[in-house]
This record gives sequence, C-alpha cells and structure tokens, in this order.
Amino acid sequence: MSGLKIFRIVTWVAIAAAAGIWIGFGGIFPGTARVQKPVAIDTAAIGGPFELTSHKGETVDNARLAGKPYLVFFGFTHCPDICPTTLFELTDLMAKLGPAADRLTPLFITVDPERDTPEVLAEYMTAFDERILALRGSLAETDATVKAFAAYYRKAPTDGGGYTMDHTAGVILMEAEGRFAGTLDMHEPREAVLAKLKRLAGA
Amino acid sequence: MPIRLAAAFSAFILLVGPASAHDFKIGQIEIKHPWSRPTPPSAPVAGGYMKLTNTGIEADRLVEVVSPIAERAEIHRSVVENGIASMRPTEGLAVDPGATVDFEAEKLHVMFIKPKSQLKDGEKFPATLVFEKAGRVEIEFMVQARAAKPAAKDHSSHSGSK
Repeated sequence: MSGLKIFRIVTWVAIAAAAGIWIGFGGIFPGTARVQKPVAIDTAAIGGPFELTSHKGETVDNARLAGKPYLVFFGFTHCPDICPTTLFELTDLMAKLGPAADRLTPLFITVDPERDTPEVLAEYMTAFDERILALRGSLAETDATVKAFAAYYRKAPTDGGGYTMDHTAGVILMEAEGRFAGTLDMHEPREAVLAKLKRLAGA
Repeated sequence: MPIRLAAAFSAFILLVGPASAHDFKIGQIEIKHPWSRPTPPSAPVAGGYMKLTNTGIEADRLVEVVSPIAERAEIHRSVVENGIASMRPTEGLAVDPGATVDFEAEKLHVMFIKPKSQLKDGEKFPATLVFEKAGRVEIEFMVQARAAKPAAKDHSSHSGSK
C-alpha cells in the first residue's frame, strides 16, 4: 500500500470519527438536537405467518420456507413495467449467482388474486427462472401475507372501470431463520444487488 | 478520386445511419428507438418506451397511441413513493419546444392492453402515434430483452409531461 493511500484512508477515518462525535453530541447542546425519526419498520415484525398456494399447486407457508433464505416480491400480472422487469432481473440475477442461487427461493406474491388466477400465473411464470414461485391466496390470505411482511397494497380504480394495484415495490430479503435481512432495489447498481444476494445465500 | 470516395462514404452513412438508429420523425417531433420488453405468456399488458424530442418552437402533445397488436394503448407513469409502486394514466403527454421526453428516465410507458400475442425478443410491431400538432406517424416498436442504454438517469429538468 502506498503512503498516499494510507494517508487517504487515515484522513477518511478521522473525518468519519469526527462526524460520529458531532452526531453523537448533537443532542446534548441546546438547539442542536435533531428530531429523532421513529424507525419506519419494526424489522422483527417482518416475516409473520402466512399461507398461500404456488403456481405449481403446492401450499407454501412460512414453516415450509424455513431453513432456506427467500425473497419476497409483491406484484401482479396487469403491470407492464415494474413487475415483469423485476422478475426478468431476478431471473438474470439467479443465472449470474450460479449454484448459490439454488439456496434461494424467490417468491412473486400476487396482490391481485382476482385477475391472477392459478392458470394465468402458471403460464406467466414460464417466462422466468423456474426457481421463482408465484404465490396466490384468497383476498383474506393475501391481506394476511401483505401484513406479515409489513408491506402495502391497494386497489386503485381507473377511468375505464378497471383498476390497477398500488403495491410495495422493493424485494424483501428473508434469512433462513425467517429474519428480515433488508430489501433489494432494482435501481441499485447490479454489483450491489448481486453482493446482497450472495450474502443472503451465504456464498 | 476523392469525390468518388466521398460519395461512397456518404452512401455508406445513408445506409448505416437510419437502419441502426431506428428513429422516426413527423414535423418537428423526433421519435427515437421505440422499444418494448418481451412479455411472459398470457401477460395481459405490455410496456413500450421511446424518446420524443421537439426540435421546433411550438409545444406539442402526444395524445394517442394505437397499435394493431393490442386492444388499446394508454400512456402511464409509474411512481414509487415511500416504497410503494403505483401507476397512473396521463392525459396526453406534452413535448415542449427543445425538450426531450425520455420515457424510461421519466418512468413513463405506453401500456399496451390485452396484447393479441406474446411479444418475443427480436420481433417488431407497428404502432401509430398521434400528436396534437404534428399529426399521425407510423412507427415500429422493437422487442428486446434489455434496454440498449446505461442505467437511466433522472432527467427531471427535461420533464415535459403534464
């Protein structure tokens, strides 16, 4: 390592330490206190019990998923942009991960079970990596699942009498023990996304 | 000899230029590289993207998209706010003078509703764009697995839609 490089590292460490002290003492001095934002999501609450049926006809619940890390993506087939793009990217990422991908179970959970019938999902999923499971349940089961992942969905009516779905956009990462391990944003650099998946797969 | 060479060279440019660029033009509106992703089988919708540039001095609007491959087409904007994805139709799309509306960067897409067949990588399909001032133009969407571009940046300063 060159002297310059060491100097650079030392400088950055010093800056980081100074920033840490400043943030730490920020609340002590009157007028400098920052408003503490509440933590948006209680991460311990993510990954509660749920039960759905896969596009292959199997029952999939949290007990069955235990022991293997998994990915959860909420979407619907009447979605031309974010949903198929995410599924194509997951397909691509699974291929790039190689054998480590076998240790992951990506789940595509429909938030539109009324239109996404088992038949529609079975056909739809043939375009993607066969390890990705599409899951579907009744409206009540869908509600319970969305709640189990502290996610969100809502039916949004459109002008022509139809509707579209608003839904949580990110991919939720779950560890083998069922603990929440963060989220994936497909707009992050590809290497960062791949690194997160490798870490999750324990590769 | 140099003249002949120049002629050959310009012929070469004429041949190569438009074919590889996949662009269209109507009046003052340039339409760059309309493309669409392959769809999964039985997909009830497909998305289309392009770049529209207004080289004129008068504002124009894209008011309609029609294609024989779908029951109908709408222009939508995807919004991700607080981690929630939502999608809303836009009533026409303004293309201001000198502005470029980059569908991908602005999270816009043409939504082809009920495509008559699955869109496959490498295919092309026709569509008609209708602009308020420039009028109608026949274009072709290329179906391709990935966008031929680096990651889309947010050019919100160029935002031309209302």
